[in-house]
Amino acid sequence: MKIIVLMKEVPDTYGERTLDLETGLLNRSASEPVLDEITERALEVALSHRDGNANTEVVLLTVGPDGTLPATLRKGLAMGADRAVHVHDPALLGADLTLTAQVIAAASKHIGFDLVIAGNASTDGGGGALPAMLAELLGVAGLASLGTVVLDELTASGSCNTEYDSFEATIDLPGVISVTEALPDARFPNFKGIMAAKKKPFETLDLAQLGITLGEETARSIVIAAAQRPARNAGIRIEDAGDAGDQIAEFLAQNQLIKGRSA
Amino acid sequence: MTGYPANPILVLVDVSLSGELRSGAAELIGAATSVGTAVALALAPSGNSERLGTELAALGASQVLIAETEELSSSVVVPTVDALSAAAAIVKPEAVLASNSIRGRDATARFAARSGSALAVDAVGITRDEEGVIAHHSVYGGAYLVDSAASTGPLVITLRQGSSDLRAEALQPNIQLLQVDPSGTPDATITSYRETVAASSRPELRGADIVVSGGRGLGSGENFTLVEGLADALGGAIGASRAAVDAGYVPPAMQVGQTGVTVAPQLYIALGISGAIQHRAGMQTSKTIIAINKDPDAPIFEIADFGVVGDIFTVVPQLVAAIESRRG
Ligand SMILES: Cc1cc2nc3c(=O)[nH]c(=O)nc-3n(C[C@H](O)[C@H](O)[C@H](O)COP(=O)(O)OP(=O)(O)OC[C@H]3O[C@@H](n4cnc5c(N)ncnc54)[C@H](O)[C@@H]3O)c2cc1C
Repeated sequence: MKIIVLMKEVPDTYGERTLDLETGLLNRSASEPVLDEITERALEVALSHRDGNANTEVVLLTVGPDGTLPATLRKGLAMGADRAVHVHDPALLGADLTLTAQVIAAASKHIGFDLVIAGNASTDGGGGALPAMLAELLGVAGLASLGTVVLDELTASGSCNTEYDSFEATIDLPGVISVTEALPDARFPNFKGIMAAKKKPFETLDLAQLGITLGEETARSIVIAAAQRPARNAGIRIEDAGDAGDQIAEFLAQNQLIKGRSA
Repeated sequence: MTGYPANPILVLVDVSLSGELRSGAAELIGAATSVGTAVALALAPSGNSERLGTELAALGASQVLIAETEELSSSVVVPTVDALSAAAAIVKPEAVLASNSIRGRDATARFAARSGSALAVDAVGITRDEEGVIAHHSVYGGAYLVDSAASTGPLVITLRQGSSDLRAEALQPNIQLLQVDPSGTPDATITSYRETVAASSRPELRGADIVVSGGRGLGSGENFTLVEGLADALGGAIGASRAAVDAGYVPPAMQVGQTGVTVAPQLYIALGISGAIQHRAGMQTSKTIIAINKDPDAPIFEIADFGVVGDIFTVVPQLVAAIESRRG
């Protein structure tokens, strides 16, 4: 089976992430780029399926600017993916979810797939909408936010805990699934993997090669304003000298945060 | 066909498999009413339309469209997308609003892709100007505020649960059954199903006024009774750090932070939580933050209004007793 794993480069969440207030876009140079942890977990799902099913091909797919992305994506190849496809085009600067989904759909068709695996939500955009948009554009079944995954040649199944209910469900392939961080951490690339990654196929595509032309009339979500919230400052800090509990209660009472007993 | 009101906002409400309204409907209809006229859409098994329509009108929906279907127990999302398409075709909404729940997002994302509409996810509020509806977002853990709008056509918006206090006035029921033509799009099939029963009388984490969270410093699931005791004394909800979730102390639904729930309560109390940047991303816009941690260098103190360097196992019981005595 052929599995596409959607990989995303994001600013490392351990660093400070900043937004360009002129454009409303991420300041890519300001923070260390890494593979989004959730997409590494998605890759782990694909790789562990391949561990038991040798006839599996795992293809990494990413959309984003040139620059650091190819190097970041190498880590996924070093973990064990067979090849990588990177779509980039100057026209994609500031692409919204709709355009990104269109590009990923076109690239997925170009690659060919039985299954697309994505993270449930990225740590920077955080939208969590892309896998569903992709499934719709590809006209295939989807399953979002899976906490467990079982794959075979014909189906993908798993469990989903929503805010209100939990269920198990299954899709016939081809299809798109997204996984949550309840799934296992990704494996580390070993030395052999890192050496092998250098020789693995790495394909680069632009919009013309995918047959996409950008129309003025297409509906897009556009940023119309961006502002920074003032940073938070530290307040009072005390060492517990045996009465800290009482002091917090006093602080709560002064701020009207202790409610009376409701009957 | 009845005429549709000016500035219609199509509101998809979450309904249980048995046809009960989920908690987010009042918030969605309230937000929609602040920018236009709320037209609610619900999918439910037949026999619920009258009651659901009445309940939704009481929350301020000027019109209620009900798509009767028996498929919700077997199909995950496509019936909802098909109903949204059918409703949008007749309502011609200025915006489509749903909750940013897993299912609300799944359905609206597919609808946006199908209809070629602009999508704005995880909004914390909506307003309007002369040109149309604007979605407000709080990004990078609330460090930035970003406004978005559609370049053309309706804006499809998912609203963060518990982010809006606006509520609409009750209206007279105006219920219409919606005819839906199935699209035939392949869907996931549900093989087993369980309703999550609210385990306690405590407030829901999303939208709670007071949140008490515990971290790895609790040391065990049993010790979370300490967090619960303080939450109950204050009438608050319970949260946790990812380390506490990973260690199995509490279920994943309680995780606050980057990849968990984002909260912005009046009061947030962090117990035995170091305050990693990913945890802060989910709580740093809280109005007042209190932290208890035995490490004086814990980063949580950088954003705490009141920080105590101390042991949670001695400070918290004393705090609970002091709250109880003040409440009389
Ligand atoms: C991509 C990504 C996403 C993430 N998303 C999230 C997220 O959504 N939410 C989240 O929380 N984390 C998230 N994390 C993890 C985050 O980096 C931290 O690992 C996590 O928040 C740590 O949890 P903690 O503070 O409970 O544990 P620790 O960092 O281990 O801190 C425990 C604290 O308890 C204190 N302590 C111990 N015993 C006591 C005592 N008796 N009394 C008082 N204090 C005591 C210690 O001094 C310490 O400061 C994410 C990480 C990544 C990489």
